[in-house]
Parts: sequence; C-alpha cells; structure tokens
Amino acid sequence: MHMADALVSPAVGGTMIALSSAVAAYSIHKVKEENDPKKIPVMGVMGAFVFASQMINFTIPGTGSSGHLCGGMLLTALLGPYAGFLTMIGVLFIQCLLFADGGILALGCNIWNMAFYGCFIGCIIWKFFMKDGMNKKKIIFASIIGCVLTLQLGAFSVTIETLLSHITALPFKTFTLFMQPIHLLIGSMEGLITSAILIFIYEVRPELLYLYNQDNTNRFSFKKTLVVLMVITCFIGGGLSLFASSNPDGLEWSIEKVTGSTEVESNSSLHKTAEDIQKSTAILPDYTVPGLNDSLGTSFSGIIGGIVVISICTLLALVIKKIGKKIQNDTN
Amino acid sequence: MTRINDAIYEIISLDTLANRNKWVNRIHPLIKLLVTLFYIIITVSFNRYDIIGLLAMIIYPILLFGIADLSLKDCLKRIFLVLPILIFMGILNPFFDRTPVLYLGIQTTTGILSMITLIMKGSFCILASYILVATTKIDDICYSLSILHIPDIIITEFILIYRYLSVLLIEVNRITQAYSLRAPNQKGIHFKVWGSLTGQLLLRSMDKANLVYESMTLRGYNTNYIYLKRKIKGIDWFYGIIWVLLFILFRRYPILLIAGGIL
Repeated sequence: MHMADALVSPAVGGTMIALSSAVAAYSIHKVKEENDPKKIPVMGVMGAFVFASQMINFTIPGTGSSGHLCGGMLLTALLGPYAGFLTMIGVLFIQCLLFADGGILALGCNIWNMAFYGCFIGCIIWKFFMKDGMNKKKIIFASIIGCVLTLQLGAFSVTIETLLSHITALPFKTFTLFMQPIHLLIGSMEGLITSAILIFIYEVRPELLYLYNQDNTNRFSFKKTLVVLMVITCFIGGGLSLFASSNPDGLEWSIEKVTGSTEVESNSSLHKTAEDIQKSTAILPDYTVPGLNDSLGTSFSGIIGGIVVISICTLLALVIKKIGKKIQNDTN
Repeated sequence: MTRINDAIYEIISLDTLANRNKWVNRIHPLIKLLVTLFYIIITVSFNRYDIIGLLAMIIYPILLFGIADLSLKDCLKRIFLVLPILIFMGILNPFFDRTPVLYLGIQTTTGILSMITLIMKGSFCILASYILVATTKIDDICYSLSILHIPDIIITEFILIYRYLSVLLIEVNRITQAYSLRAPNQKGIHFKVWGSLTGQLLLRSMDKANLVYESMTLRGYNTNYIYLKRKIKGIDWFYGIIWVLLFILFRRYPILLIAGGIL
C-alpha cells in the first residue's frame, strides 16, 4: 500500500504531511507525558522488529501464496497508539529512504494510510475488545477486525489521495472496486498472523501487551468510541459521498444497455403497488433529500444513512449482549 | 530467503557508498536533502501530458550518477520494485482517457501520454532519492532533519531502527534458514508456528532493547542524539542554488525543444 511520489500531487502530498505532522506532534506530547525514557529504545527495536519480520513469508494454508504481519496493529497492541504511531513513522521513513518503498513527498500519505489508521483506529478496536479483560478469543477478533478495518480505511485513502492528485483516469467507483476487495483479503491474512504473534506473547509474557494491567481510569469508554465512529461515519458518508459517481452502477449500466433506461419499467399492478409503497416509505429517494440541491442532498443522505446503520448495529450489539447475559444467567 | 539477503546487502552497500570521500558526498547534507525535495516537487508538478518538458528533469540524475560514480544497475532494482504499482495505476489511463492528440507529430491519445509521464515521474523520483542516500550518511540525514527542527524523538527513533535493523535482519535470516533446513520443500513458515517463531524473535528483541538501553544509559545516553555540527560553506550554497535555478528553468521552459531548435 506504499504510495510512490509519482502518485501524489505536491498539494495533496503537502496537506498529508501537515496532517500527519499534527498527529505526530500530539503523539510526541503524549509519549513525553508518560515520562518513560526506557520506551524510546524499545520503540526503536520494535520498529526494526516490524521491518525485519515483514520479510518473513508466512504460508497461507490451502493456497500457494504467503502473507506478512500488520505492523500498525501489532505495535499498538504492544506499545500503545502514540508510541506505536511514532515507531511506524520511523519504519516508513526507513522503508522510503533505504528501500524506495514509498516516496519522500508521499511520506505524509503513507504515514496517514498505514500508521494513523493502524495505530489509532487499531487502538479503538483493541480497547473495545479488551474492556473487560483479555483472552485468546478477544485477541484473535481484535487483531483480525482491526487489521481488516485499518487496511480498508488505508486503501480507501489511497484511492482518494490518488484521485485528488489527478494521477489516474480511473473513475472513483472502478478504482475503489479494485482496491477494497484486495485489501480485504490482505487484511484478513495479516490479522491472522498478527493474532498468532499476540497470542504467543499473551501466553508467555502477557504483561507486555497494551492494556493487560489496565485500571478503571484507563478503561474503554463506549460513549467515546461511539462518538469517534459517528465522526468517521459523517466524514465518509457525508464528505466523501460528494465524490460518488453520478454514472449508473454495474447493474444499472447493464439494465440501461438492455432497456435504454436505468430503471426497469413494469406495467403489472403488483409492481405498481410495490412501487407506490416504496415511494411513500423511502425517506431518501435516490439518495437525495427532497427540497435540497443534489450535492447537499447526497451529502445529507450519506450522514443520515451512516447514523441509521450505526444505530441499527449498536442496537443489534446490545440485544446480542443482553441475550448472551441471559443465557449465562440461566446456565448458572 | 533472498529478500532478507537483498535487504542486508542493500543496507551495507548504501552505507559503503555514502561513506566514500567523493566531492558530492562532502556537500552539506541539508543542501542535498533540500535539493532532492525540490527536485521531487518540481518533477511531480509537471503537467501529465508534458513528456518533453518532464524529460529535461533527467539531466539531474544523469549528471549526479556520473559525478558521484554511482551504478545505474543498483538503482534499477529499486525502480523495478515500484514499477508494477505505477503500471497498475497508469495502464488503464489509455482506456479511460481516449482524447486523440497530435504530440510532436505523432497521433496518440492523452491517456497514453499520462501513462508515460506517470512512469517517468516515478522513476525520476526514485533516482533522486537514491542519489541522496547513496551520497549521504544516515547520521548526516538525521543531522539535516534536526536543523529543520524535526522533533528529536522521531530522529532518535529513526537512527535506532536503522542501527538495530541489520542486527535483526541477520537474526531473522538465521531463524528462517534454520527453519527451512528442518522443513524442506516448504515455501514459507507453517501456520502452526506463526506465533511461536516470530514471538520468540520479538521477545528476544525486547530483551535486547532493554540491555542496549541499560548499557547506553551507563555511557551517558539521555534520549538525545548528539551530532557533529557542520557549517554550510560557499560551495554548498553554490551547489544548491545552481540546481534550484536549473529546476525552475526546466519547469518554466521546454529546454529540450529549445535546444533542439537551436541545433
């Protein structure tokens, strides 16, 4: 996922360097606040470890291919988000200078795409799973979900950064469809490898893991996570939906080729009734809000859609949690 | 495990190149770093259809490869590493951007032009960053970063990772070699030992970090790295200003076309 210099324009590269620098400045402040001088050399060795172990080929069972571990998530689980982020910057800088893996101008983009998501979003996932203590199952779920989610966000950012730099003529939708599924697969594999290493550490030296000896003051806050998720949703749903293509999608395109219109006309009474019901119940017909102009409507639809989906998922999670507790109480 | 051997070789060869006593190696690292950054910014800022204008930017790597006595063969490996990504990004441009255009008397499309400039930009930037690391020691790059007020913690981190890297790469090489000798005809590490093999390395590395930290503290280390300060001389300023002016010239005027017209 390392971006080369040719893939970013100076404006995008500069903006991403500024954003990454702001996060780095905050992380430095937090690491200094911890006042643990021993941490600096450990961070150095951990950075070298991540780099060196990424050279190891792990055989993926049932396939002829191999994968490597996910650095951001592993560093977060061992050093915490701030020290992990700074360590990842060092790793990315070495990769860029010594091995031409990522460009100098694109360093800000690479830090954002890999270190920021890997360490900070990865940390939210880690905290969410470890809130009531640690066990092997939780480590596996946290690693896989963390790696998949952070890689998806990273791949999506690569798409946005490349498109904003006007590097490729690929439409947004096609480019996203190229990037996301590949990284879904890579993320799952990296998650498995990362979880294997973290489980080993958990069995041998659990005190090395982040939040193993957490006290109540440092506990995971459900409200905080929900706020962060809401902000991400508003950003992706609201801001980025403006980039969504107005061209028909794959299925609509196929229909248009066959019928000459993106929607299939039907004269049967059953279809008419169903259509009427849909029209009267749809809150956001065609992803727009009636009365608002197109782009504002699409943006608003993105935010509303995101909030609704998150609310449903939260509700579902609460219901599952309640049922689980009930089953546990019944068995006791 | 050729990848690990390649990485070890790369670190050693770059270190050897950077430690030579060539004229370019003696230029102040800050000037070289800024020239490289400026070169990259100017290169990527070229219009995506301007092949001839962009081609003028090759003058810098050609001259520097000659002056610094660098081998293009060593650098080509780096370009080949990045080339698949650039080709992936650029290969579809001719299919999506089909506007016909007559460029230098040749009938082509804007998609083909943008694909060519993308590959050229990528290759030139890699050549420039290779010139920087092959003529400047890592300590000197860190020194120039400290002049640019990059926080100490990031520079120290960078130096520590660089120092530990070769040690850990040798260790990883030894572990994987030992594993492959015990598990012949196996492509990588079996999933049953994913955790234990890498986890052991991780624990050993962390223990090593603590030992190194203790010995460093005994020798007076206080988390700040101390550099040998160097003054920017007249020749360094001259080198920097000449290149910056040339890059601006290449960007503003189609030097190759003008030269072709005169000749």
